[in-house]
Amino acid sequence: MVLFGKRVPIVFSLVIWFVVWELIGRAKLSTIVPPFSDVVAAGMTILPTEKFSAAAAISLRSFALGMALALGIGIPLGVAMARVAGVGKLLGMWVNIFVSAPISALVPILMAVIGVGEATVVVTVFLFAVFVIILDTQVGVRQADRSLVEMARCFGAAPYQIYAKILLLSALPEILAGVRLGVIRGVKGVVIGQLLIALLGVGELFELYSKNFLMEEFWALVIVVFMFAFLLSEAVAFVERRIEYYAGAR
Amino acid sequence: MPAEAIVEVRGAGKSYDGTVEALRDVSLALPQGGLSTLLGPSGCGKTTLLKIIAGLIPPSAGEVWVKGKKVDGPGPERAFVFQDFALLPWATVLRNVAFGLELRGVTPEQRHDIARGYIEKVGLKGFETSYPHQLSGGMRQRVGLARALAVDADIILMDEPFSSVDEQTRRKFQEELLDLLKIERKTVIFVTHSIEEAAYLSDQIVLLSPRPGTVSRIIHPAIERGGKNPDEIRRDKNYLDVVDEIWQILKRYVV
Ligand SMILES: Nc1ncnc2c1ncn2[C@@H]1O[C@H](COP(=O)(O)OP(=O)(O)OP(=O)(O)O)[C@@H](O)[C@H]1O
Ligand SMILES: [Mg+2]
Repeated sequence: MVLFGKRVPIVFSLVIWFVVWELIGRAKLSTIVPPFSDVVAAGMTILPTEKFSAAAAISLRSFALGMALALGIGIPLGVAMARVAGVGKLLGMWVNIFVSAPISALVPILMAVIGVGEATVVVTVFLFAVFVIILDTQVGVRQADRSLVEMARCFGAAPYQIYAKILLLSALPEILAGVRLGVIRGVKGVVIGQLLIALLGVGELFELYSKNFLMEEFWALVIVVFMFAFLLSEAVAFVERRIEYYAGAR
Repeated sequence: MPAEAIVEVRGAGKSYDGTVEALRDVSLALPQGGLSTLLGPSGCGKTTLLKIIAGLIPPSAGEVWVKGKKVDGPGPERAFVFQDFALLPWATVLRNVAFGLELRGVTPEQRHDIARGYIEKVGLKGFETSYPHQLSGGMRQRVGLARALAVDADIILMDEPFSSVDEQTRRKFQEELLDLLKIERKTVIFVTHSIEEAAYLSDQIVLLSPRPGTVSRIIHPAIERGGKNPDEIRRDKNYLDVVDEIWQILKRYVV
């Protein structure tokens, strides 16, 4: 960000927004916007509580399980769709529909089928994250340089070596982009899943705070979840930037 | 067929998707230790023929024999230098040159040792840790050549290796190739568009007709190289005759 002709760190722009928030809160324009300082104070009090760490642990576990499934199924499926024409034809349409479909609408159906519990949240995270991972992996592998594959074959590469040493590495920039988007969607998935179930983890806390008009706590929780999603996606973006030198040179 | 032929192509034909006929009934014998060029108009199937010999694509008709064995896929006695270099963009020069050995499971110390030797031979010493995108086209092609030499194949297949470098680099590269081949004693099959390049480098020139590619003539330039410098060779009467002979044939194809 540039201010008065000088570069200022991004943190500074956040500070401005927090000041604006504080002023609106102090002006008591609306009960759903408490002053920022009160939100921070509420955050300080809820973060150390057992209730919060229990909720966070459940949410993290659902998130981790769902993401692990999404990566473990999404990447191989994306590779298969790119490499096996039949698989690509069979699944291509569905992946394209689901990648932009409102997955939240499916959660009530999931609750009816799987039951109201952690499994539903895991499946929700999975569904939120998996399609974009499949799609990006497929694009990456499909775009992989044909002549690199030919080169590897020519130098005697076994099929597994072609996948491990050529196709996956070629597609790495796209796969990582998919993972980053998948992570962000997965965080949405865990919150929405738990909100709709309203009995579990962070979702339960959200429900509790909003029902009782505990707006300071509510916003504090929102900020924590945002931070979590932001930090995770930044971590993936960091890896992405480190391999950028060859993504551009392919 | 001469007894010393290391590669024999017998009646090879190729049609893509059953419709595009790229090659028809091509028969060739490539002598051991010689440099043969494939020359012909664009689209006549030179790359196709080279890839069939490499075992990268199966012929639709006929067969290829290499060192007395019928080809049914790539093999360690053949190495390829690609027109578009085909270097791993995420790997250093060292790893790229060693890649063929890496695929064969040679230990890192051993393969890097061998690779360093060839990197020096192709004149890239000091660039071991560079990445392909940091190199010029000519340097990238040297990496491709070093990679092909590093696997110690008897036969090196080169698809227009000098097509993307300027004329000075090209001539320098040709000299170095001839020197290197004298030392390494390889059999080389070389695709080119350039009549001068073919006449200058080859022991045998295979002229292909336009699509579907058939062998239209095989020429054995008898250019006396001994003791002559490149410019003298390019003024040599035999050299000029070969260039003219090829041109008389090819010019019929350019309408
Ligand atoms: N994979 C493919 N599928 C269909 N047709 C192909 C394929 N590869 C090549 N062809 C066709 O076969 C013919 C011969 O192609 P090839 O690349 O072997 O020619 P070439 O002599 O190497 O040409 P150039 O001098 O332009 O490199 C061309 O007409 C080309 O369009
Ligand atoms: Mg070609």
